[in-house]
Amino acid sequence: MTRIFVPCDASALAVGADAVAAALAKALPEATIIRNGSRGLTWLEPMVEIETPAGRVAYGPVAASDVPGLVDAGLIDGAAHPLCRGPTEEIPFLKRQTRLTFARCGIVDPLSLADYCAHGGYRGLERAVGIGPDETVEAVVHSGLRGRGGAGFPTGIKWRTVRQAEGQTKYIVCNADEGDSGTFADRMIMEGDPFVVIEGMTIAGIATGATQGYLYIRSEYPHAIATMKAAIAIARVAGYLGPDVAGSGFAFDIAVRIGAGAYVCGEETALLESIEGRRGTVRAKPPLPAHKGLFGCPTVINNIISLASVPVILDKGGDFYRDFGLGRSRGTMPIQLAGNLRHGGLFEVAFGITLGALVEEIGGGTISGRPVRAVQVGGPLGAYFPPSLFDTPFDYEAFAARDGLIGHGGIVVFDDTVDMAHQARFAMEFCAIESCGKCTPCRIGSTRGVEVIDRIRRNQDRDKNLALIDELCTTMKLGSLCALGGFTPYPVQSAIRHFGEDFGVAGQGRG
Amino acid sequence: MGFQTWSAEAAATIIAGHLGERGALLPLLHDLQSAFGHIPEAAIPQVALALNLSRAEVHGVVTFYHDFREAPHGRHVLKLCRAEACQAMGGERLAGLARDRLDLDWGGTTPDGAVTLEPIFCLGLCACGPAAMVDGELVGRLDPARLDGIIAGLRTP
Repeated sequence: MTRIFVPCDASALAVGADAVAAALAKALPEATIIRNGSRGLTWLEPMVEIETPAGRVAYGPVAASDVPGLVDAGLIDGAAHPLCRGPTEEIPFLKRQTRLTFARCGIVDPLSLADYCAHGGYRGLERAVGIGPDETVEAVVHSGLRGRGGAGFPTGIKWRTVRQAEGQTKYIVCNADEGDSGTFADRMIMEGDPFVVIEGMTIAGIATGATQGYLYIRSEYPHAIATMKAAIAIARVAGYLGPDVAGSGFAFDIAVRIGAGAYVCGEETALLESIEGRRGTVRAKPPLPAHKGLFGCPTVINNIISLASVPVILDKGGDFYRDFGLGRSRGTMPIQLAGNLRHGGLFEVAFGITLGALVEEIGGGTISGRPVRAVQVGGPLGAYFPPSLFDTPFDYEAFAARDGLIGHGGIVVFDDTVDMAHQARFAMEFCAIESCGKCTPCRIGSTRGVEVIDRIRRNQDRDKNLALIDELCTTMKLGSLCALGGFTPYPVQSAIRHFGEDFGVAGQGRG
Repeated sequence: MGFQTWSAEAAATIIAGHLGERGALLPLLHDLQSAFGHIPEAAIPQVALALNLSRAEVHGVVTFYHDFREAPHGRHVLKLCRAEACQAMGGERLAGLARDRLDLDWGGTTPDGAVTLEPIFCLGLCACGPAAMVDGELVGRLDPARLDGIIAGLRTP
């Protein structure tokens, strides 16, 4: 029986995938329709794939109204049609990628444990159990994996600290509070390959001596929440979670916690406060969560993509993983191409590719057809880059050296209609809306920042106010407790530096 | 979306389901809101007593998180993404259009109780924006004509 794949990823659902699946089921009752995750070629969603003897063939973007024509043209045999994109694996956007973390996403049935295991799933856990906790921690240290949430702290070092910490009770907390605009990797992995998240958290538990995990998912992701809850229930029934994980003698289980619309809860200590049932206010560090985290116990808190990268590291070894990348940025990064781009989607690749290659070659330039003017990298707290900096390689240090950050790997492209003074104002406004209120530079500075930018835009004492915004940004950078107040200056100052003409600064060309 | 009318007994049953759970407050508030459509004022002392918290602590949590409502929303909820990736695709224009058509500011509900307009900061649909959520259903690649059609549909009794 021919298998047809129609993604259930939120990005596919948002553009009509359910109607396409229903139309296919009606037109081809003999076929089996699988609701897979997304391959990450978002501009082709809903992307329908047919399994043929020669491999999977893709069609997209398919509307429900296209289905009769596709069926008549011989869709079931992977026949030619204006919407046919050929063999999926040969599509250049996919072919140029190195899929380690997202190896199964879009290929498997997300809630089929059999499918997961048939595609290499749970081999990492098997290896971790085989080599034991200490060797598992060292494998992650050796891989060079750094936190994919944005801070880039070495994951293995965090694990080692928790492993060595004294305490009867330890916790694994998985941060899936993906609030950055321009990012959707967490959502995609939860909807497309939920068992890899469970496996990564389980390995972290075994390695550090934690028996309870919390998966904190933002409320804006209802589909991801449903998929993760279902997958956890399946894993529990199959014995992959519970008092004796897969017969290893180790106990581990996971509870899902839902956020409530607070961006700052993506910050690790605010997230811990939120799980504990309090306002999501940031904690001062030290103590580090590794020493005194959730409910006062030693806690590993990792971004979901960091944890989802662990199974492949254990399965194939730390050397295998660290052989990708450059400098101190090892392995691969799932980069999310978003905003005004022809080919938006998820592109997993070894560190080192340039920003320009990502925007122009992979992303295909703007969908509006107008010139690219600015690219925000790393979410609402990331800097705006002009095309003159497109030679910057995608790597933690290279972006830091140019007063930017890679954050969670989101890239948002704007064309030449963007008003950068408006974007700078929005950065301050967003910080004011989302500030937890604990520290003054963030709570007060963001509101004052909006007012100062308004005065600059109105040309009221412009030079004085430009100096003032610079001083305010320095105070926020140095004086804030966390990255919300500390990094909001990045988009503001980069907008002024590279796009001064939008602020009435004379003598500066377009970057 | 039908919600229960407030009753202390119904709330007590929901609260009882969370007793003994560590960090129970957020899961409990989510459950109360899905039952009653908002967090009624009367629930706050009841929750505080059950979890051995002060009323101020519970009130503080309810008001900190954007999701928790002090009053029920309209019959329909239109959430428009206002974050950068959607802005890059004309999201601000759509936001202006929605506010004009509905004559509402963010968070407001039309006088007939039909539609509540809310901002949302990212649905993770950043490669197929501008994005919206209409009564829980996701919409991507939104444009003015489609948004007009959605709003007209929501206003129809």
